[in-house]
Amino acid sequence: MWRKNKMAYSEKVMEHYTNPRNVGTLNKDSKSVGTGLVGAPECGDVMRLQIEVDENNVITDAKFKTFGCGSAIASSSLATEWLKGKTVDEALTIDNMDIVEELALPPVKIHCSVLAEDAIKSAINDYRVKNGMEPIAMPKSHH
Amino acid sequence: MELPIYLDNNATTPLDPRVLEAMLPYFTSKFGNAASRNHAFGWVAEEGVDYAREQAAKLIGCTEKEIIFTSGATEADNLGIKGVFEMYSDKGNHIITATTEHKAVLDTCKHLEKLGAKVTYLKVKEDGLIDLQELEAAMTEQTILVTIMYGNNEIGVVQPVKEISAIAHKFGALFMTDATQAVGKIPVDVNADGIDLMAFSAHKMYGPKGVGVLYVRRKNPRVKVTAQIDGGGHERGMRSGTLNVPGIVGLGKACELCRLEMDEEAKRLSKLRDKLEASLSQMEESYVNGNVEHRLPHVANISFKYVEGEGLMMAMKDLAVSSGSACTSASLEPSYVLKSLGLSDDLAHSSIRFGLGRFTTEEEIDYAIENTKKAVNHLRDLSPLWEMFKEGIDLSKIEWAEH
Repeated sequence: MWRKNKMAYSEKVMEHYTNPRNVGTLNKDSKSVGTGLVGAPECGDVMRLQIEVDENNVITDAKFKTFGCGSAIASSSLATEWLKGKTVDEALTIDNMDIVEELALPPVKIHCSVLAEDAIKSAINDYRVKNGMEPIAMPKSHH
Repeated sequence: MELPIYLDNNATTPLDPRVLEAMLPYFTSKFGNAASRNHAFGWVAEEGVDYAREQAAKLIGCTEKEIIFTSGATEADNLGIKGVFEMYSDKGNHIITATTEHKAVLDTCKHLEKLGAKVTYLKVKEDGLIDLQELEAAMTEQTILVTIMYGNNEIGVVQPVKEISAIAHKFGALFMTDATQAVGKIPVDVNADGIDLMAFSAHKMYGPKGVGVLYVRRKNPRVKVTAQIDGGGHERGMRSGTLNVPGIVGLGKACELCRLEMDEEAKRLSKLRDKLEASLSQMEESYVNGNVEHRLPHVANISFKYVEGEGLMMAMKDLAVSSGSACTSASLEPSYVLKSLGLSDDLAHSSIRFGLGRFTTEEEIDYAIENTKKAVNHLRDLSPLWEMFKEGIDLSKIEWAEH
């Protein structure tokens, strides 16, 4: 339906939306880079999240690009911020509800946080498979 | 120039100060009940209502007795469709409408289906217009009503109302139109257009909210509707309830102003709209939705591919517009009107509706053009789809995890 311009966005969503962190592209062909591309254009949101992992399994860089609403952009921006400096194992513990809480997302926007969690896990899996590891099980999408 | 800029005049319009001025006495000194026949307070209120009725009738080319005041276009749609269904049940139970109608029509028809109505929902062509041959093919002896909107609220296309009414009449059916977006914006004449029932609302034409009209033809043929609100028998028994006198006076003034100023206003607005549309459709991968010849002068609906409408509106922060995006709806379904045109979901998600109005200035349009361009470019910089498109990747070949 037709939605009006002024949505009930939290200040944190507005802040990430206005000043998104870590927008960009890493070399997806590099062995140290994992790429996650989740969502679908037909559904109105697509996230691409990339991580760069060093030899100590630490995420040294993270980048995103997102097609979607303000909450989707903010969720992926926040995710990249949280990923940097974490080990891959620590990154796996990021739960979508942490994002919901941090950004104060309303119920209709929870799917944006789910998508961000999917993007993190999908990027990690891409990295794992590239480096000869088994992929971890993906959480079942809630949307 | 004040910010934010209001470009959502299809949702509602600001009250014209001249309308407000006409209304004010009817809140205070002229507070009487228009149905009070035995004292001056009632007469004064009734005079106000009579003048308004005359103005509304003049605007659409009918007589005063054919104007039934309601609480708005939604009620008028309900009264017209349900009232005809009930009144003409002996004749048949078939209603024809279109998939791009307003919910006030579609949901009313759906309700009647539960009560035994057969409803045909005509599809529209890519440009938003119905196919007259399809309409003719759908007509049966059971058809009592064809209800097709005049101008569409999302894309502004104007249906071939004259031709539609001729087909309806050929088969002995009545023709009704929801003209909420058209009355006061373009010439609407119930006789020239062959309209039997017509709904419209004051707040889309610089009048107040909470008041509208159902036009009901009294001659050739004499149309009757069964009342949906029973009570004191107001409005010739078709719509009971104490008249909203200040609202009705406001509607009348709004009709008067539209009748006097419409031609000039339409010219001015279509010029501004065309300027906006020409500038924005020059942007790469932007598409104008709906027929560009047969349409209202003040609406532009544009899809900016690879950006999502709601996110885009957030970036157009000084502009009040609407989007066909559905990011917030539980179903994740974008605008059903745009989908009816055959637009892919991603283009429907990427659409913005600009609705210009009486108080829109050229300076505001210039600002809107720059602001929109900036926002689209900003969001494309953030969009993985734009990057992929630029790399020449065919997005339709990618297996998306639909959710």
